Amino acid sequence: MIEMICIVCPKGCRLSVDQKADGEIIVMGNGCNRGIPYAQKELTNPTRVITSTVKIKGGIHKRLPVKTSTDIPKGLNFAVMKELENIEVTSPIKVGTVLIENVLGTGANIVATRNM
Amino acid sequence: MKYDLIVIGGGPAGLSAAYEAYNRGIENILILERDKELGGILNQCIHNGFGVHSFKEELTGPEYAGRYIDMLNSTKVDHKLDTMVLSISNGGDVKHVEAINTEEGYLSLETKAIILAMGCRERTRGAIQIPGERPSGVFTAGTAQRYVNMEGYMVGKKVVILGSGDIGLIMARRMTLEGAEVKACVELMPYSNGLNRNIVQCLDDYDIPLMLAHTITEIIGKHRLEAVVVQAVDENRNPIPGTEQTLECDTLLLSVGLIPENEITKNAGIALDRRTSGPVVNEAMETNVKGIFACGNVVHVHDLVDFVSEEGQKAGRSAAKFIKSELKEGQEVTEIRNGDRVNYTVPQKIRLENIAESQEIMFRVSNVFKDVNITVRNNDGELIKKLRRPVVAPGEMEKIKLKRADLEKANGLLTIALEEVI
Repeated sequence: MIEMICIVCPKGCRLSVDQKADGEIIVMGNGCNRGIPYAQKELTNPTRVITSTVKIKGGIHKRLPVKTSTDIPKGLNFAVMKELENIEVTSPIKVGTVLIENVLGTGANIVATRNM
Repeated sequence: MKYDLIVIGGGPAGLSAAYEAYNRGIENILILERDKELGGILNQCIHNGFGVHSFKEELTGPEYAGRYIDMLNSTKVDHKLDTMVLSISNGGDVKHVEAINTEEGYLSLETKAIILAMGCRERTRGAIQIPGERPSGVFTAGTAQRYVNMEGYMVGKKVVILGSGDIGLIMARRMTLEGAEVKACVELMPYSNGLNRNIVQCLDDYDIPLMLAHTITEIIGKHRLEAVVVQAVDENRNPIPGTEQTLECDTLLLSVGLIPENEITKNAGIALDRRTSGPVVNEAMETNVKGIFACGNVVHVHDLVDFVSEEGQKAGRSAAKFIKSELKEGQEVTEIRNGDRVNYTVPQKIRLENIAESQEIMFRVSNVFKDVNITVRNNDGELIKKLRRPVVAPGEMEKIKLKRADLEKANGLLTIALEEVI
């Protein structure tokens, strides 16, 4: 039995997760249905959404906030940060604009999270 | 200039309040914002996790703010940026707002109603009096967040964080991703006030140690911060001699609490609640001055922006009612008091005449307690409502909904407390 905290939403349910001999993963303590795939992923291939910023020219601020459009394998966090270092965009940028397609082959795009 | 409603502050509380008032038929609305854009602190909170309640999806701070800004742009609500409100005063039916900006100079505005939505401010090193030298490199976590996420300045390389509130946890991850080494997150209490999910995804994911029941007792460094002394504390939060350890670092981030920002409120003679540091409000989010409302972190510090928006909506709705003379003044006032192990309640007063079906009361407990009853008792000590909770914590705002029928039994006073399960 593994104890873990669900990070899908701010509620943070305490999950008890059991992996049977045949590989089946049983989840208990989840307040909603989203807890089950989270726990299964967390045991097999933990993923996170990465949020950061990139350089922007001519904007109201020096940095444009961005995120990965979907969650990506946790181990790639720093590699994605490295990719963002090379990006420089020019204002105006619209929220949702794709800045890198299929970043590091994850299937996720790097998208702007605001208008600037 | 004359307005129906002036909203002070263009963060999530103000945006939501203005939008709701507009949708309730008030068109002549002005938002005053001191920063150069709307959105407030959300603009620097680039991480995700906002909007799970309001929008049923997980947004980043700028995305959440953007949604509200777009909604407002579809209305006739006006706003002035870079504008600092100096004072407000109550002239009965007409209220005055004195403000200043670089384009128009000194502004003297008139309005029928005001909504206070100034948010809160971070506690600083001075507020918690950490002894030691005064080098550079000591920041509040939110200031560092603005530098890193918006201004493009990296604040340091070797970081210690004092306080494990959500901003501190979020900044631990942020600094790590940006290449800094975060040595530890030091927390005075034996538990963290941050969300569990943030401990997992901000500290555990990056192997950052959380030192519970520890504090910083000395700051070392002549010009730039060189080290901090961390010490364990006993159950009375006093440092234990002999447990000192020195952590080398060039940056200390403080995430040691937020205080509602109420200078304008105080100077206008509006009654403040010592427990929340915010104005005393009634069921309509109205202060003790008729026609001046308040919402969001200026009233009490919330856990989630979703709840701030919700409170803004409440204040906006009430202000619209007030302007249309639909808000009842109410002769019968029920006072809400905090009882045993409850630190504060919002609202602090309820006028029964304005309650259609039910009223939600928000409150915070004083410590972590397991298996307790939340009780509501009336003026005669009779039990009106009881809710059993497996665990309550100061970091999680509690809510209790009272039906009109429950409120009718109050007899002038309701006390919310934690009681043992018998």
